[in-house]
Amino acid sequence: MSELLFWFMTAMTIGSALIVVLHSNLFYSALALVVTLFGVAAFYVFLWADFLAGVQVLIYIGGILILILFGIMLTNKISSVNISHSNFHQGIAAVIVMGIFSILGWMILKTPWLHIVQQEPSQTVGRIGRLLMTEYLLPFEVASVLLLSALIGAAMLSRKAN
Amino acid sequence: MDQLQNYLFIAAALFSLGLFAVITRRNAVAVLMGVELILNSANVNFLAFSRFGGMNFNGHVFALFVIIMAAAEAAVALAIIINLYNNYQSINVDEASQLKR
Amino acid sequence: MNIFIEYSLFIFFLPLAAFLINIFFGKRLPRHGDWVSIGAVLFTLALSMAMFAGMLFSYDPDFRVESSFTWINLGDFNIQLGFLVDNITITMLLVVALISSMSHIFSIKYMEGDPLYSRYYAYLSLFTFSMNGIVLSNNLMLLYMSWELVGLSSYLLIGFWFAKKSAADAGMKAFLTNRVGDIGFFIGIMLLFTAVGSVVYSDIFTSVADGNLAGTLLTMAGIGLFIGAMGKSSQFPLHIWLPDAMEGPTPVSALMHAATMVAAGVFMMVRMFPIMTPDALVFVAYIGGFTALFASTIAITQNDIKKVLAYSTVSQLGFMIMSVGTGAYVAAFFHLVTHAAFKANLFYGSGSVIHAMHHALHKKNDHETDPQDMRNMGGFKSRMPTTYRAMLVSTLAIAGVPFFSGFLSKDAILSGSLSFANHHPEHFLLPIFGFSAALLTAFYMFRLIYMTFHNQPQMPELIGEIHESPKEMTFPLVLLATLSFFIFYTLPYFNPFSDHGWFTYVIEAKTSLVHGAPSAHAIAEGIHHSHLSAMIISVLVAGLGILLAWQMYLKKKLSAERYANKFSTLHRLSLNKFYIDELYARFIYTPVLKLADKIAFLDWDLYDKYVVDGFGKFTEWFSDLIGKMDYDGLDQGIVDGAGRSVHRLGDILRNLQTGRLQNYILFALFGVILIVIVQTMV
Repeated sequence: MSELLFWFMTAMTIGSALIVVLHSNLFYSALALVVTLFGVAAFYVFLWADFLAGVQVLIYIGGILILILFGIMLTNKISSVNISHSNFHQGIAAVIVMGIFSILGWMILKTPWLHIVQQEPSQTVGRIGRLLMTEYLLPFEVASVLLLSALIGAAMLSRKAN
Repeated sequence: MDQLQNYLFIAAALFSLGLFAVITRRNAVAVLMGVELILNSANVNFLAFSRFGGMNFNGHVFALFVIIMAAAEAAVALAIIINLYNNYQSINVDEASQLKR
Repeated sequence: MNIFIEYSLFIFFLPLAAFLINIFFGKRLPRHGDWVSIGAVLFTLALSMAMFAGMLFSYDPDFRVESSFTWINLGDFNIQLGFLVDNITITMLLVVALISSMSHIFSIKYMEGDPLYSRYYAYLSLFTFSMNGIVLSNNLMLLYMSWELVGLSSYLLIGFWFAKKSAADAGMKAFLTNRVGDIGFFIGIMLLFTAVGSVVYSDIFTSVADGNLAGTLLTMAGIGLFIGAMGKSSQFPLHIWLPDAMEGPTPVSALMHAATMVAAGVFMMVRMFPIMTPDALVFVAYIGGFTALFASTIAITQNDIKKVLAYSTVSQLGFMIMSVGTGAYVAAFFHLVTHAAFKANLFYGSGSVIHAMHHALHKKNDHETDPQDMRNMGGFKSRMPTTYRAMLVSTLAIAGVPFFSGFLSKDAILSGSLSFANHHPEHFLLPIFGFSAALLTAFYMFRLIYMTFHNQPQMPELIGEIHESPKEMTFPLVLLATLSFFIFYTLPYFNPFSDHGWFTYVIEAKTSLVHGAPSAHAIAEGIHHSHLSAMIISVLVAGLGILLAWQMYLKKKLSAERYANKFSTLHRLSLNKFYIDELYARFIYTPVLKLADKIAFLDWDLYDKYVVDGFGKFTEWFSDLIGKMDYDGLDQGIVDGAGRSVHRLGDILRNLQTGRLQNYILFALFGVILIVIVQTMV
């Protein structure tokens, strides 16, 4: 049962990712991105990262994607600017990307991965919180500074010229 | 199937698609969306290794940080794009070529 | 070193030194350097007289000194510088030195004022040097080299006034005719050399004496040598150059073409007599005899005083050659010596006359009249007494009148021919040639004397200006006239009718070394037997000749014109030298020149034009091609092409710089793929 679900999730994610990449209408791409991110969240759940699945939905979809949508809507001319590069260019890019994918895939298959047996953790949030406060305190603080600077920067950038 | 390789493949596929979007799309926002895809694929990778590598929570923390960073970046990027649009009336990446001779 | 050899070295090299000094520095010396040459030749004369005295003191017919050293070594052949001094050499040296000195002195006045005065004396010295070389040589190579040098000097001196075309042509004619003779000469030398392996006389003589060299080969060699003599001594058919050689100055004519150079041929024959086969000698005799008669038939009609003397020389040389042919070679040499004296004298006399005529015509501003034509002369006897008397003495000598030297020598020759005919009756023509020529000789020589010095002057306006020549010119005349008397050759005997004397004692006839040839003794016997008859006939013949001339030209009893008209064809033939020159021109010169023209056409218009120029053109075309290859191919194609292709490559690669980030990302990814692939491959 979970296997079926897994494969369905995979299909949904990859499929919507394709739409994101290929669709000419930017708005539909953004919406497909939403679906993709939901799919990724589902994967997080499969990977016993429940907290991160929540974070993903909340911040990514709830924050970033809304931002993107606003961005799309603010920069008008949706229908006229959506055309990708020429077919030739797309073709070459496709080939190269296929190459990258095949390299990655071959690497994945070739590597003798370690097989460690473990069980599902009881709780994740507490563990993450403890790590944040002990080992990763500095990155945590830096991250907050980063957010602050991003905030200020974005505000500054979008000011109207005097 | 709960195998590491599957998740890695999915991550690789997402990465490739994101890359394709970055390379190919002309609209700046579309490029940004591609970048988000790439970041997400990296996250999936982190968590997959975290789970199949002895349930190490370092992966989780790192993925958290990636999400934080993605948010900041998206904000700034969109600010730039809107600025670009206001000044040049176009967000076609090809047309943003004033620095090129 | 032997005193004779030492003197010979001086005699040999002094005139050479004089030549070199005069030719390079003559113009700058005082008096244009004539004293250099004259000094050299007088010194040579002194040495020759000393050697002559030495010869008379030792009075040995077998006297002989030889010395040589290797001058050029060419492996198995070397050219010796060798001297052979025997009685013949000494006598000949004296003759050459004496006549050469006389010419040098005579020329002081004769060539006075000539712009090329120093060069003239240089050439005279060159001639003296070469002539001495012929006389002193002990081998055929040095002889040949001196022979050629003599020919060269002759060319230079005949054509001395080269601005005059006839003189230049005459010089060329003399040299070329000589060369024709020299071909035969050289063949003869080569035959001897091939057979014997050496060119030294003594080696050749030894070889013949041993019988190694005989028969047809020896005859051929002998005839080859004789052909050289034919050229040099102007025998028929190579006689054509001597009359033309009269274009040269008269002292030159006296020296070369009377006394010495032309005598070189006879001298060589006398030297080579011991190896001449009887067959060769017969050939020699007929050529000589025929020439003697032939030349005298031409001399009787000539009007130019020097031409008469020239033909006379040819005729007398013919006598000498005939004498060698009949075996009486000592007589030939005797005549050579006496002829040198009286013929040179006759030439000096004619020179004196021509000199006087020149002056007279110049005074009268007459540049048309020929000063050498006897028809313009006449009555000079009273005006030029010394010249007249000297010439008269020499004419008596040449005509063969007793009490003079010529009588003795000519008589010896004629008895030789008579004796030969007695022994070989089939050769009866030879004495006939000889005596007829003697008759004609007497005739035309007295004709000359009468026309020039007797009768009324043919140009009365000139006669006032004719006067005797200066002492530098009359001194040789007197000296040589004195030597034309018999006495100097018959001492210590005083018989004018016999040639016994020092000459015939020291110059002894040697037996021919050829097997089967008559011995010298036998020949001498024969001559002795015929001596009386020859003498009588020759006196008769001489008297007859003089009588005819006397009647025709002095007494005018017989009219020369009437006889000329009666025998007009013969007269015309004689006057025009039997048209020999014209025949040669028509049958020899013209065809050869035409052939030369044709060959020149082949060479010039065909070969030069097509092959040589064609080669040039081909090279041009080829270098053009290479140039194109280099310029268009290499330079443009490769060198410039490299530049251009880089340019184009740059143009293409420029397109990579799109300025678009997305393209750069693409390239970077491509690079990543490449690196991975390469990594896995390696």
